[in-house]
Amino acid sequence: MEIKVCGPGCASCDKAQKTVEAAIAAKGVKADIIKVKDFQEIAKLGIFSTPAVVIDGQVKCTGRVPKQSEVETWIG
Amino acid sequence: MAETKTVQWGKMSVIGLISLAVWVVIYRQLEPFSFYLTYVILGIHKGSHLGQALQFFFYDTPKVMMLLTLIVFVVGMIRSFFTQDRTRKYLAGKRETAGNVMAAMLGIVTPFCSCSAVPLFLGFVQAGVPLGVTFSFLIAAPMVNEIALVLLYGLLGWKVAAIYLGTGLVIAMVAGWVIGRLKLERWIEDWVQELRAGEAVVIEENLSLSDRIDRGKEAVRDIVGKVWIYVIAGIGVGAAIHGFVPQDFMASIMGKQAWWSVPAAVVVGIPMYSNAAGIVPVVEALLGKGAALGTVLAFMMSVIALSFPEMIILRKVLKPQLIAVFIIVVGSGIVFTGYLFNVII
Repeated sequence: MEIKVCGPGCASCDKAQKTVEAAIAAKGVKADIIKVKDFQEIAKLGIFSTPAVVIDGQVKCTGRVPKQSEVETWIG
Repeated sequence: MAETKTVQWGKMSVIGLISLAVWVVIYRQLEPFSFYLTYVILGIHKGSHLGQALQFFFYDTPKVMMLLTLIVFVVGMIRSFFTQDRTRKYLAGKRETAGNVMAAMLGIVTPFCSCSAVPLFLGFVQAGVPLGVTFSFLIAAPMVNEIALVLLYGLLGWKVAAIYLGTGLVIAMVAGWVIGRLKLERWIEDWVQELRAGEAVVIEENLSLSDRIDRGKEAVRDIVGKVWIYVIAGIGVGAAIHGFVPQDFMASIMGKQAWWSVPAAVVVGIPMYSNAAGIVPVVEALLGKGAALGTVLAFMMSVIALSFPEMIILRKVLKPQLIAVFIIVVGSGIVFTGYLFNVII
């Protein structure tokens, strides 16, 4: 599984990444986390508010830090 | 489904009203309690400097914390209705003028942090929101801040809070409108114009009332958890000034007579970067020492609305000329506001 965490690297983006990491650990799934920091790159994904989480090419949430329980259902 | 929703609303409203009533009862006891704590329990001599300072501290700290918690909770809930995606869609169909007014107001309620400014800008350009309207949003979002509003209300009264809210909105509307009139689209970075972004992904969340209440609670944990230390430090300084420092200490430097102090305050404020929670106690301290309201307000707005970190982030999408125009237009607006309040108050 490939999980992209999009955001320039501010406090809430870091929090989003930590949440994703925690969810992966809790679920025990294997996944690569890719940080996307470049704005152009992020815009190409159709994302215009950060932080955002993309799982296997599918945008799951934008403009907010997801809850760990949410992420767990996405990576189910 | 509709029925459970109604039941949920009913139950939540009752709980909400009861909580609010408890809040009001406690809030109204704070002032008498601060006197009791200072002069009876601690036995400090009435009328002493120490007594005045302590009583001020014991009253203001719980007062501001309670106000902050309430407002941050309410704003957190309101914000769950306004996502950036929704705001962008809404502004896309707006023309200038009406668009500037709407953008400035949406700037207050849409969740925003300075590092999300660039994606937001790209999204607005992509959706065809006029440049000036985009700027109205980008100016209002950091400048009109609920924490500053609460602190100003709690520490300086509702008039100062209302002036701050009103002038912040007007500056955002007018400055955005002026930037729109100047037709500066050529000073947007080329890659933005050429950007062939993917179709904007919009995730419509279907939030229940209890989800929104959770968002409110999250905001309280997040924001109040972060700023309480500034609030206490600020009130501590305020308390010391209240009890010990002679009046009119600052009058000669930042008083009404010193005409140059308004632009100086704005220029000094630009490189300074602080959150609203950190700046308001300073504002209170300056006002307490006899500085003029307009000058202090100008200083505060300059610190929170014009910041170097945000300029550096926006530099990725704007050419330096446009950033310069942005600083000049907003800075002039703030200077004008400062003079205006020094004259009328």
